[in-house]
Amino acid sequence: MNVEDLILHCGPVFGNVRLSADALSLWFIAVICIVFACGAIYGRDYMKRYSGRGAAVKLHWAHYAVCFLSMVALCLVRNTLAFLVAWEIMALSSFFLIVFESWKKEVIEAGTNFFVQSHVSAALLTVGFIAIAQKTGSYDFAAIAAYDGSVWPLVLILSGFAVKAGFVPFHTWLPHAHPVAPAHVSGVMSGVIIKIGIYGILRVIALTTANLLVAGYAILAVAAVSGLYGVMLAIMQHNLKKLLAYHSIENIGIIGMGIGLGCVGAALGKADLAALGFAGALLHTLNHALFKSSLFFAAGNVYQAAHTLDVERLGGLAKKLPWTAAFFLVSSVAICGLPPMNGFVSELAIYLGLFGWLDGAGAAGAVGASFAIMALVLIGGLAVLCFTKAFGIVFLGTPRTALPEMREFGWSRKLPLCVEAAIMLSVGLFPQFYASAAASVVASFPGVSGSAGALPDWMSNVGAATLATVGVIAALAGLRQLAGRGKSVREGETWGCGYTAGTAKIQYTATSYTRTYADLCSGLLGNAVRCDPIEKCYPGRAAYESENYDAFERHFISAPLEAYRRFMDRFSFLQNGRLQYYILYGIVCIVLAILLTLVLA
Amino acid sequence: MTGFALILFAALFFDGLIVRTKSVCSGRKGPGVFQPLKDVARLMRKGAVYSPTTGWVFKAAPIVQAASVVMACAVIPLGEYGALLSFRGDFVFFAYVLALGKFFGIVGALDTGSSFEGMGAAREALYSMLAEPAFFMVVGSLSLLTGFVSFADILPAIHLSGAMSCAIAVVAAGVLLVLELIENSRLPVDDPKTHLELTMVHEAMILDNSGFDLGLILAAGYLKFAMYAALIANLFVGSVPDAWDVPAFLAVQAGSAVSIGVVESFMARARMNHNPQFVFALTSVALLLVFGVLLAVGNFR
Repeated sequence: MNVEDLILHCGPVFGNVRLSADALSLWFIAVICIVFACGAIYGRDYMKRYSGRGAAVKLHWAHYAVCFLSMVALCLVRNTLAFLVAWEIMALSSFFLIVFESWKKEVIEAGTNFFVQSHVSAALLTVGFIAIAQKTGSYDFAAIAAYDGSVWPLVLILSGFAVKAGFVPFHTWLPHAHPVAPAHVSGVMSGVIIKIGIYGILRVIALTTANLLVAGYAILAVAAVSGLYGVMLAIMQHNLKKLLAYHSIENIGIIGMGIGLGCVGAALGKADLAALGFAGALLHTLNHALFKSSLFFAAGNVYQAAHTLDVERLGGLAKKLPWTAAFFLVSSVAICGLPPMNGFVSELAIYLGLFGWLDGAGAAGAVGASFAIMALVLIGGLAVLCFTKAFGIVFLGTPRTALPEMREFGWSRKLPLCVEAAIMLSVGLFPQFYASAAASVVASFPGVSGSAGALPDWMSNVGAATLATVGVIAALAGLRQLAGRGKSVREGETWGCGYTAGTAKIQYTATSYTRTYADLCSGLLGNAVRCDPIEKCYPGRAAYESENYDAFERHFISAPLEAYRRFMDRFSFLQNGRLQYYILYGIVCIVLAILLTLVLA
Repeated sequence: MTGFALILFAALFFDGLIVRTKSVCSGRKGPGVFQPLKDVARLMRKGAVYSPTTGWVFKAAPIVQAASVVMACAVIPLGEYGALLSFRGDFVFFAYVLALGKFFGIVGALDTGSSFEGMGAAREALYSMLAEPAFFMVVGSLSLLTGFVSFADILPAIHLSGAMSCAIAVVAAGVLLVLELIENSRLPVDDPKTHLELTMVHEAMILDNSGFDLGLILAAGYLKFAMYAALIANLFVGSVPDAWDVPAFLAVQAGSAVSIGVVESFMARARMNHNPQFVFALTSVALLLVFGVLLAVGNFR
């Protein structure tokens, strides 16, 4: 891929801004385009519910377009100052996208949280980029490659990107922002906006010449924790979109494990490890963008049909929304990394890299690799637990509460989901084509040196296996069709142990489905229980209420902030609302300033 | 092809052999070795009853479950006879395609809206999640021992020479045997003969399946037995002369069937709330195996 760089002359502040499109940029731009296009088609119909707010909807779509353009720009610019400007445009436009329903309190709260945290990310990036520019005297990306000073600016930059990507401990904005945004915005945000953080991390790794071993171990550890923590909390969520938001953290963890593995491979001089790690990360970026946006779109259908996202109140939607259910099922299989869908392909690449690392590794490597494998296996198993719950409780069985009348949505909503499902299936069945594209991206990464070429061949064997799986399923379905000919098929009530008056309330709930798991993990997860127990012979009103929370957020983010707020409260007497005091403060300040200058002089 | 055919062949008598062993141990006359097969054939000829609560997910579930086991069998070799499908990382495919079957088994059970089946599904999901790391650690240690990353390369390369490799093979076989018990929902984790829905795991999930679907699920279960036993057999087949491959394979199949029968005859099931500990303890044994292998291959510096 040889596209000439474009130099824009942008005045004295920015200097020459270089625009360049290499394979890495194009990979991410392709992902962004697919998801934004599907989101736009889906959102057109979704926003019809808000037709009474014409101006707000128009402004919404304007922000959508600006957000898209800023994301493409982020992938193209090669100048850190211009990058920061585009970053800010993206952050602001996505903030306005999230707070569309600004008349709701929780929307504004979540939006503010997002706003603050995305500026923490921007601040980290700004400091990091300026520190590098100070040292090298250039704002061009080439300066990062040439930079050979202290490692801290790079750490700051990577942390800034990690906030955007949602790695633990920077994940706390995600579960608040996703549930309140309109469905297509959640889909786009989880699908691609958080991936810009991944793009940034990969871009820095592709540029830097530093030794990546420590960085690789660090990324791998953070990513494994993110993956496990994300899915462990996801299982406990009863809000469907919040559950999906925690799953984004999990999948970012899987992508991060790929990146970490790639770094370790590059540092150890094992080219095939590096190729598998980076290619797995890239493929999983594409895959997650597809299945997560599909899941959010399907959740949007559920929300607009049932007017609730609380899984405990739903049930039996597969009968009323069969297409939505089918898309949700397909994407659930994909997100669990099960063949024949696409998630399997990228996870397999990362697995193979980890097993390759185990072979011939020293003590540190063997421990690292075996724990990374364990983490990935547990993430996979927990994801199955989580998505059988999400799909099973929401779409199967019978409705748990009286749900409003609902009909399946029209083609303008099915089309984007169909397109994404088709791409997902094609990645699963013919991974060699996508692998060869990923291989050409990976070829430019440090320490890969040509070993990416073997990926497509290997992937074509994987594709044969997934194709065979589909073939066997089809063959067995045909066999049943043949065997069923002329046989009686009757209807009979679900087996109730002889009890025939069962109601919908008798069904297993999401809480009971995850109860044993919750007990096992109770030490790691936050669970607040409020209980008015039954006491005495004539008990009064008894109540039991349990609520689970993000223990990490509460203890490491909210608690320090609360302490800080209490400390600052001590000075609240200063702001007493009387004008004469404020004038006095001004005079005191001026006098102090004059005195200080005199004293110092 | 030979390996795949032999697994199919072994599946024909596997469950029957377990049932025979249990009859002999308890001093009953008991049914013949082929009774389970006859049951499947009878079920497959029958019509079906579907609950009005269920939909297409419930109908798709048994098919995907059976297909997943067939595909998992396809990546297992037999000694020098290669597998039907083989590629680097095929053991990941093995585990994940089985998980696909479990996924559909679980959502199929939830589709009935029955509290029993929800309970069974929740248990199955949890146990298989906890058992998964053990499998990966066993395969990881074997991969480390041989330096390969696909079943078709790893398994024939295991030659039992010296105390260390024998110990590794025996521990690996033990872990795989317990995994076989867990994955097939047998004692001590689950009792297939229990008649009380509250204590069921796998049986509770298929309460509403009937006719061809139930037959398919049972057949897939027999195939799954033979599949795990084939993995165990492969640990030892590499060390016998080529001509003895097939007899050794069949002997291991018969041996594991009999040992499962003996375990089931003389053991009570574990309490339900002890099961997660039991299942997860297997992972630590498997992790021990990994570090044992690291010591054995001598790059644990």
